[in-house]
Amino acid sequence: MQSSFIARNPSVLWFLLALSAFTVLVSLLSEAGGSALISTSFLKTLGKTLCLCLVAIAMDVVWGYCGILSLGHFAFFGIGGYAIGMWLMYERTAEIVTTSLDSNILPPTPDEITDAIGSQIFGVVGSNDFPLIWAFSHSLTLQLLAVVLVPGLLALVFGWLAFRSRVTGVYLSILTQAMTLALSLHFFQNDTGLRGNNGLSGLQNIPGLEGVPQATVSLWFFWASAFALGAGYVLFSWVVSGKLGSVIRAIRDDETRVRFLGYHVESYKLFVFTLTAMVAGIAGALYYPQAGIINPAEIAPIASIYLAVWVAIGGRGRLYGAVIGAAVVSLMSSWFTGGSAPDINLGVYVIKWTDWWLVLLGLTFVAVTLFFPKGIGGLFDLLPRRKGDTK
Amino acid sequence: MSTLLEVSGVSVSFDGFKAINNLSIQIGEAELRAVIGPNGAGKTTFMDIVTGKTRPDEGYVIWGESSVNLLTMSESQIALAGIGRKFQRPTVFEAQTVRENIVMSLKNPRRPFDLLFGRQADDTEYRVRVVSDEIGLTDALDQTSGALSHGQKQWLEIGMLLAQDPRLLLVDEPAAGMSPAEREHTTDLLVRAAKTRAVVVVEHDMDFVRRLNCKVTVLHQGSVLAEGSLDHVTKNKDVVDVYLGR
Ligand SMILES: Nc1ncnc2c1ncn2[C@@H]1O[C@H](COP(=O)(O)OP(=O)(O)OP(=O)(O)O)[C@@H](O)[C@H]1O
Ligand SMILES: [Mg+2]
Repeated sequence: MQSSFIARNPSVLWFLLALSAFTVLVSLLSEAGGSALISTSFLKTLGKTLCLCLVAIAMDVVWGYCGILSLGHFAFFGIGGYAIGMWLMYERTAEIVTTSLDSNILPPTPDEITDAIGSQIFGVVGSNDFPLIWAFSHSLTLQLLAVVLVPGLLALVFGWLAFRSRVTGVYLSILTQAMTLALSLHFFQNDTGLRGNNGLSGLQNIPGLEGVPQATVSLWFFWASAFALGAGYVLFSWVVSGKLGSVIRAIRDDETRVRFLGYHVESYKLFVFTLTAMVAGIAGALYYPQAGIINPAEIAPIASIYLAVWVAIGGRGRLYGAVIGAAVVSLMSSWFTGGSAPDINLGVYVIKWTDWWLVLLGLTFVAVTLFFPKGIGGLFDLLPRRKGDTK
Repeated sequence: MSTLLEVSGVSVSFDGFKAINNLSIQIGEAELRAVIGPNGAGKTTFMDIVTGKTRPDEGYVIWGESSVNLLTMSESQIALAGIGRKFQRPTVFEAQTVRENIVMSLKNPRRPFDLLFGRQADDTEYRVRVVSDEIGLTDALDQTSGALSHGQKQWLEIGMLLAQDPRLLLVDEPAAGMSPAEREHTTDLLVRAAKTRAVVVVEHDMDFVRRLNCKVTVLHQGSVLAEGSLDHVTKNKDVVDVYLGR
């Protein structure tokens, strides 16, 4: 019982080893690493994939371990992206505006600068005033805090209301869908002050790093994503192991019984829901600078459903399963929908993968749920197991 | 004997059907009590009310020296106040080991951060052993509890109750589906447990109840039909009618 954390969770060590090896390999093959086998755009795809893996393990903890089928966790991911995006956009626009105003004969007043930044950013939505939610956009520290705190706070309030009323099962899933839908619609409004359907763009340009080539910046973000995934994996392994993990899994299996043991089930759900939302926020904050753009469509209800599909296909209730599911499905998804997959000509009909990928994914999901509920991760059970190797 | 639990004038109806009808029962400190009655008499519902699972339409449930009102408390608060419960259908966490089931039940701080950051008490292993020895599952500690036999699951659930160290144990049909030898072991367990705390046992099997050798309450249609020693209640004409009438 008192054995060390790693000894109780051998999969953590294996995972960190695999992740490190992958990171080194990709770095060596990247443009910045001297070889050009991995293009910068593919490097970004890989970095983004690591972020998706991170939000997937968060989803696995909340659903696979605690039994809360949240179909809203991608909202937290998006909020993280918006929070960092606001700083990126503000700071970058400020640099451009200041440089261009410097060429004026009269030095610009602070008001002129603010106005110029405002009209640069909000011109697309016909405004040049800074909305209130941009109050802290000049401060990287505060926006970084927002990456964690805003999703955390939203999850805390939402979860408190939902769990306190003992909303469970499919009702809770619907409620979380409603949350992410409402948020997405809210962000679509120009009045919200987040540039409506334009979203935030140019996020790949990191202020202060203009002199550094994108190949290098992308590699740094790739490293940061890998580090975050590794740290998240360790954090969640720690949470779901030991006594806390025991109670969390018990809540998944029979929450009523856990209550009669004297545990305040709602606190546990709230803890898990909030913690995973915060991690999802971090994942989003690392993802969108690599994607370059974020808009409200990113947090549409379907995005959170995909997240659940990844975890189901990868195998819920085991963290590496979520990683595998997110990586495999999201990479395949970008391959199929990116137009690189060869169309299949049946003579009478041409299967275009851009249209048919969703059908394939849907069928895979149904097949996995029906015939292989442990998902891809279940394959690892076929390996010879050592004693004490718990899931 | 001072009263530990007092249920008085409690009624509850489901869709107009009165499952519990003006029920009053008192359980004393360190008392062993058997509750019997035909199917649907309201025995399980009585436990549901005491443990906070079902809220009655009227009546009081008063607990302990300080006479707290259990009806205002949540299930987990009631459990923490010292009432443990074994369900009619054995419910252990089948995906987890016997040890994990017991450790989860041990009387320890129960908030999330206590579990996350709190160091496991040094005597944990010892306390687990005390419980597992008592229920005869020490050899199975590292086994998944889903792999246990039906009788062993019943014992594990009783063990989880003992681990909580409650002042009152509510035990719903502990011997259901057990072999005669297992029943005997279960009787011993309950009798021993009742030395230091109150134990209320719901059981159908008369031989089992006889071996408990304690005061018996007969429930019928949601209220008390008779109360006293087993011999006393089995001589009661109403009780005979109820049992033979079915
Ligand atoms: N949640 C509920 N909704 C509707 N009816 C219920 C509910 N719970 C119990 N009842 C009804 O209340 C009555 C008493 O049920 P209870 O389970 O307490 O009986 P019991 O004495 O435990 O019977 P058994 O010996 O079969 O376990 C039964 O008629 C049952 O159908
Ligand atoms: Mg019953």
